[in-house]
Amino acid sequence: MSLDKEIAVEVHDLTVAYHRRPVLWGVDFALPAGHLIGLIGPNGAGKSTLLKAILNMVPAASGWVKIYGKPYAQQKRLVGYVPQRESVDWDFPVNVLDVVLMGRYGHLGLLRRPRRADYEFAMACLEQVGMANYARRQISQLSGGQQQRVFLARALAQEALVYFMDEPFAGVDAATERSIIGLLEQLKKDGKTVLVVHHDLQTVQEYFDWVLLLNMRLIAAGPTEVTFTDENLRKTYGGRLTILSQAAHAFSQPADALVGREGREG
Amino acid sequence: MMEALRDLLTDANVRWVLIGTLLLGISSGLLGCFAMLRRRSLMGDVLAHTALPGVAVAFMLTQTKSVLPLLVGAVIAGLVSTACVDVITRYSRIKEDTAQGLVLTVFFGVGVVLLTHVARTGAAGQSGLNRFLFGQAASLIGNDVKVIAVAAVILTVLIVAFFKEFKLLAFDRGFGEGMGINMLALDRLLMLMVVVGVSIGLQAVGVVLMSSLLVTPAAAARYWTDRLEHMLLLAAAFGGVSGIVGTVVSLFGTRLATGPLIVLAATGLFVLSLIFGSRRGLLRKVLHQLRVRDRVARENLLRVLYETYETTGVDRGAEGFARHPVPETVLAVRMGLRPRTLRRVVRIAERFGWLTVQRAAGDPNVGRLIMLTNEGLAEAQQVTRRHRLWEMYLMYEADFAVDHVDRDADDIEHYLPPDVVEELERRLQMEGREPIVPPSVHPL
Repeated sequence: MSLDKEIAVEVHDLTVAYHRRPVLWGVDFALPAGHLIGLIGPNGAGKSTLLKAILNMVPAASGWVKIYGKPYAQQKRLVGYVPQRESVDWDFPVNVLDVVLMGRYGHLGLLRRPRRADYEFAMACLEQVGMANYARRQISQLSGGQQQRVFLARALAQEALVYFMDEPFAGVDAATERSIIGLLEQLKKDGKTVLVVHHDLQTVQEYFDWVLLLNMRLIAAGPTEVTFTDENLRKTYGGRLTILSQAAHAFSQPADALVGREGREG
Repeated sequence: MMEALRDLLTDANVRWVLIGTLLLGISSGLLGCFAMLRRRSLMGDVLAHTALPGVAVAFMLTQTKSVLPLLVGAVIAGLVSTACVDVITRYSRIKEDTAQGLVLTVFFGVGVVLLTHVARTGAAGQSGLNRFLFGQAASLIGNDVKVIAVAAVILTVLIVAFFKEFKLLAFDRGFGEGMGINMLALDRLLMLMVVVGVSIGLQAVGVVLMSSLLVTPAAAARYWTDRLEHMLLLAAAFGGVSGIVGTVVSLFGTRLATGPLIVLAATGLFVLSLIFGSRRGLLRKVLHQLRVRDRVARENLLRVLYETYETTGVDRGAEGFARHPVPETVLAVRMGLRPRTLRRVVRIAERFGWLTVQRAAGDPNVGRLIMLTNEGLAEAQQVTRRHRLWEMYLMYEADFAVDHVDRDADDIEHYLPPDVVEELERRLQMEGREPIVPPSVHPL
């Protein structure tokens, strides 16, 4: 069986709600292994939420996720994650190497200290993103692009097969963006599967060979050349779905607000 | 006085008390680091205040004031209060800080009522529960200290054992969850440890001020280091020292409440750290600014001298300009500096070996004359070149208006690292623009 046919990530009927307000409705897809996949959609479409739901960081109201055919809970070590850069305090008292070493914790298990091999591996990961000279630097001294590279190095240190990245291109300079995309291409060449939350429609066709179009529900999924069409983009960014979000908003309101409105209308 | 102190320290009971507050300070300092970095500083305050009704109820049930049942009461009350904060934030629209304020005041109010009730119903005199408000270390006896010591040692061991996990929890909880580490359980464990850590301090420090012993040493330690390991060690040391100092002052005749004294000691250490801290202290910042200011003034002096040579001196081609002495008064006018300030800058540049100062022979009105040395001229050339590169970059690449350029160049050029200067040179050369200062420094 060729690598292409293998399914790396399968998501079935995934629904997520925050405070009763649904943000993702019945999302279904299967990602073939060895692709660089863009997750595209407007603000508030639930892109980050989808990643977090797959990684079990937010509770799903329904649905399941399989990684290489087995439930996520059994396959956690196969998964790497790059959160949004703003999600952490960059003033935290650690240096760059400390952060990258955190990528090894999943392999180390509880109570075990990183060993020499882990330090060497972390340094190799820093080398790969061109940050080896910054290993002892306090993280508050890094620029935005450097912070992003450190997060990537940490993900590399996880030695995963499937990577989920939340906006790795947000707020980085052009040079960093190029080097990040080079790194992602390399991961793909090594047979890894990479799902990237992406904002810039201009570069989708250049960067990704597969796309997921999302706006509260899955609009389309497939190879970029047949999926990234005007028609699908209109569906993703167009107005038709506003009904869905209005319904979700109404549903999250207290019951008496609904009654009140009915009373007025009647 | 020294003798009295020695007498005090040889007293067996006093030694117990000191060991107790020392261990208390150490475990509080350690826990405080994670509480602070996890942004849970306020939770320590909530836990301490809400322990009061727990202590009062435990006393009413057992009618003893031995430390263990009271500690159990405090821990239970702490757990109930964290659960309350959790439930309120999850099932209502009230945000966490409001929920914490609510729970803190309600529990504390109930605690004070219960305490008053205990005082009215007789056993009051002996109960001595009032010490839980402001703390009285002297009331600790051997048994209490043993309980505190055991708890403090367990807390310390747990922090060392779970150091890696707690670091991850405080820095990037989401990433830990993504890796499949049970971050919720770790968060609960840390919370439980803070509850215990606060509860064992109630008798010595009191509910009102206990959270300060948790947070202040950690906050002070942050001023000295950027490494979590070192921060923990320092916070433990600060906490331990505060415990000892507060207790000694309290026992040493004054009989003041221990809690405020310990907290004052910790605050003293914090203020020292705030000023002298080697990483983020104010003094360091001020010194840094002064150094930058001196450097800017020094470099400006060199540039003004160089530009004077350019306009009035003899161009000797590859060898640069001929050097000649320039009156200090002329420099002061061109640089817009007061004579005294200029003198200071000149003195520093002289120490670098960049210039020589001569008295004008005969004519007292001319004053001092300044002349660059060979090294000074080489340095001045580099400084001037860097300034012009930056100016040209601003004008042609960043499209600043010509009259905006000089001021911006003056501010930033002094900070340009060498690789940026090289990049600037390369870019401007590609555009066919080059400043008229010789590109390389050569020995004259």
